[in-house]
Amino acid sequence: AVAGLCPCRAVFARRGGALRALCGSLRGLAAGPETHFGFQTVTEEERREKIYQVFESVAKKYDVMNDSMTLGIHRVWKDILVHKMNPSPGTLLLDVAGGTGDIAFRFINYVRSARERQLQRKLRHHQNLSWQEISESYQEDKSKSLGDSQVVVCDINKEMLKVGKQKAQHLGYSEGLSWVLGNAEELPFDDDMFDVYTIAFGIRNVTRIDLALQEAYRVLKPGGRFLCLEFSHVNNPLLSRLYDLYSFQVIPVLGEVIAGDWKSYQYLVESIRRFPPQEELKAMIEDAGFFKVDYQNLNSGIVAIHSGFKL
Amino acid sequence: GRARLGSSEPQARHGRSEEEEEEEVEEEGGCYQLYPGHIPTSPLQKALLAAGSACMALYDPYRHDMVAVLGETTGCLALPNLRDKMKNHPEGYRILQERPRIRLSTLDMGRLRGLPDGTLGREYVRFLEDNKVSPDTRMPPKFVDDEELAYVIQRYREVHDLMHTLLGMPTNMLGEVVVKWFEAVQTGLPMCVLGAAFGPVRLSTRKLQVLATELVPWAIRSGRNASCILNIYYEQRWEQPVESLREEIGIFPPP
Repeated sequence: AVAGLCPCRAVFARRGGALRALCGSLRGLAAGPETHFGFQTVTEEERREKIYQVFESVAKKYDVMNDSMTLGIHRVWKDILVHKMNPSPGTLLLDVAGGTGDIAFRFINYVRSARERQLQRKLRHHQNLSWQEISESYQEDKSKSLGDSQVVVCDINKEMLKVGKQKAQHLGYSEGLSWVLGNAEELPFDDDMFDVYTIAFGIRNVTRIDLALQEAYRVLKPGGRFLCLEFSHVNNPLLSRLYDLYSFQVIPVLGEVIAGDWKSYQYLVESIRRFPPQEELKAMIEDAGFFKVDYQNLNSGIVAIHSGFKL
Repeated sequence: GRARLGSSEPQARHGRSEEEEEEEVEEEGGCYQLYPGHIPTSPLQKALLAAGSACMALYDPYRHDMVAVLGETTGCLALPNLRDKMKNHPEGYRILQERPRIRLSTLDMGRLRGLPDGTLGREYVRFLEDNKVSPDTRMPPKFVDDEELAYVIQRYREVHDLMHTLLGMPTNMLGEVVVKWFEAVQTGLPMCVLGAAFGPVRLSTRKLQVLATELVPWAIRSGRNASCILNIYYEQRWEQPVESLREEIGIFPPP
């Protein structure tokens, strides 16, 4: 549905003669089906490459830009995602397109406090034990501050992973955290491995969303949950106009001023407009085999969390 | 009504056909590239860029790209002025026609190095080597909405190093500020004026004193006295001694 064959016209190349000729010959050689890169028409291979370059370019300023563009609200959205997930200690999470680790770190914080509460409850039940026995039980539990929970951060982009690892080191996250280079369309994991699969602000950049959803289904255990946090469609007409104005007038300027990169952020706002709206994405998730698929709008649909279960 | 935008359409939602997108772009008008690297921008975007780049350039003086963006977004009056000065001068007119570029690929560094001391070519190469700079680091214009004016600002950027050579100023903060004062008087570009006014805030008091008492007055006098620096076809004058070129333009000897 998303990568439908479109008439070959790249919006940007309409007037520039040389550019048009180049795009024409590229299309002539086009080896794959056509898809979109923002508002341009490109082949699937070109799109993957361009998106790789976008994230390679923005990696170092990714977090700063997220805070500037959303005025810090993206943190709340991610908090809501992890709260909705409500992971218990012992959960195995796969965070795809997890790049700089925002979801992974929140997951770790969540299970750590859940674990602490668990231990506190255990302690209350142990009030009849001797001091010695209590301190011995501390030794056991200390080594499992996360209670066997683990998160695997998977991203296709080396630069984003690099930034994520540096952040983890800087913030002191090490236990229960792994970093894997991988493609959402073809995950390097075995079937039925994970309890939860998340993809936050990543699925928009995947070229074949259907494949990514199929892979998500494959690597989840039966009973596992799929969670997707992504920009979506705003229904409210007034808000929609303000949102468009802000997106197209302010965000590329922020990209230029803060990251020195107008084009990547122009791509970002265009890709949001190109992404399927809530109901369409829900249908795609159901097509991949998930049950009880539902979505929750945040901020009137600027962002939506889609959820599904593998039964 | 549609949200006005710079280079592409927000209304092309979710798999709408390309034809519709193209029609919308046609109606918007002026939303296409005029030269390689051109990013068309709306007036609101230019205003935001001007404000943002000014703040960022002050906050982080090493963001040369921000200084460049500031120049492009605020130059709408000064640039046509400069272009007209060039058009009305025989040498300037030739430059506009021929569009020479000062780049490592177009310069014969070996030949310039071999020229006698005191010539423009020899001193220019010496300046580049002493300060470890290269003419290729100049930002190409992105936000100028006229192809000829884009060349004018590009020429101004590429000639900047030659200004350093003619004024005898190094590329440290002090030297840059002095050159900015000269350029502000010469070109009237708001970016130069802002740079000249705000650049000194990061200098020590001792340097500020030298700046205020000797260098700036000299730069202003020279700037006023000199003919338009964009009207010199530098590429044809490598053999000319710097002193003679200074006299010809009207730049007073540096203090």
